[in-house]
Amino acid sequence: MNIHLNGKSIDLPGNVTTVSDLLDSYDIKKKISVVEHNKEIVPKGNYEQTTLADGDRIEIVHFVGGG
Amino acid sequence: MAERYSRQERFAPIGKEGQALLAEKHVLIVGAGALGCANAEMLARAGIGKITIIDRDYIEWSNLGRQQLYTEEDAASSRAKAKAAEARLKAINSNIEVKGIAEEFDPENAELLLKDIDILIDGTDNFDTRFIINDAASKYKVPWIYGGCVKSHGISLSILPGETPCLQCLIDQLPQDGETCETAGIIGPAVQVTAAYQTAECLRFLTGHPMSTHLVSFDVWGRGYSAIDVAKLKDPQCASCSDAAQFPYLKKERGMRTAVLCGRDTVQVRPGGKENVNLERLARRIEPFAGEAKVNEVLLRFQMEEKRFVVFRDGRTLIHGVDNVQEAKKLYHRYVEA
Ligand SMILES: [Zn+2]
Repeated sequence: MNIHLNGKSIDLPGNVTTVSDLLDSYDIKKKISVVEHNKEIVPKGNYEQTTLADGDRIEIVHFVGGG
Repeated sequence: MAERYSRQERFAPIGKEGQALLAEKHVLIVGAGALGCANAEMLARAGIGKITIIDRDYIEWSNLGRQQLYTEEDAASSRAKAKAAEARLKAINSNIEVKGIAEEFDPENAELLLKDIDILIDGTDNFDTRFIINDAASKYKVPWIYGGCVKSHGISLSILPGETPCLQCLIDQLPQDGETCETAGIIGPAVQVTAAYQTAECLRFLTGHPMSTHLVSFDVWGRGYSAIDVAKLKDPQCASCSDAAQFPYLKKERGMRTAVLCGRDTVQVRPGGKENVNLERLARRIEPFAGEAKVNEVLLRFQMEEKRFVVFRDGRTLIHGVDNVQEAKKLYHRYVEA
């Protein structure tokens, strides 16, 4: 499956099928990120139910604390 | 002197009118680390009328890689960041007012510091302070611009109290396990891209242009950029910005307080009230036992039991080489308070 992640085209491995899997595969902490799936923000509680499809556009912004 | 801002005035969205507005504004920068330095220098050069910058830390050699207002001399003398920043900003632009405050931004001084401030810039390196800023900004209705950076990443969000979601709306709990610049590293360009965005938003706001409702992130190494419009995430039940806000991070604690400074093998100890420690006298007292006791304009540093102590005039003390609070308290009682 191929998706657009933060504007870049990405080929996903077969075991990545949901937003939750995607965050895990990039080692991103779910509590402190905002995810947009085809222009709609995904509520934090819905990451596991939200399945990905070919051509989906995903934006992930992850809070960082340094400075 | 009219020449000084001519290029910025030539930029149509600002113009001579915008430049005149900037001269009347007061910006508070919390934190004079990498982001604080970068924002402060741009804002001073841009001609902001008054800049106040507050920071609790002093300059170390590891700061020089990206904290652009400081020099080797500052690191060698453990100068307070707020004082060194003030001096450098005044040297950059003597036509503006600059004030450096060598203190921690906390629930006790937040109200006073936010008085007559047009906008606050986040130059901190931790979420504990950001959530205090978030509550205070919401309570006193001061816009602020969050910025964070680590590794090659930067992130920013502009927050307009009463209009846009606050940090608490987006993050429902204090992130404890995040990466810091000390543990994960950072490169200068990640600082600069973040600060550049924050300063641009700040100039927009101060010259009457709306700020963005997007949460933006940059990756200067991986060449990534992302932006999500978070306007819809404003939480009507938010503990920090709703009508029923409790401002949980503004609650004042009593008694001695400690904080483990993440990734630095350092504990900060603060006495219950702000004291006025006579650093010269303390230096004389510990001199016979301690290694290299040195006093500068705001702090005393010395070495004891293989730990490094830094004592500020208000009693706040950083103890390097300890990672547990109990041991730090014991050392504080033994050497600083005695
Ligand atoms: Zn809120």
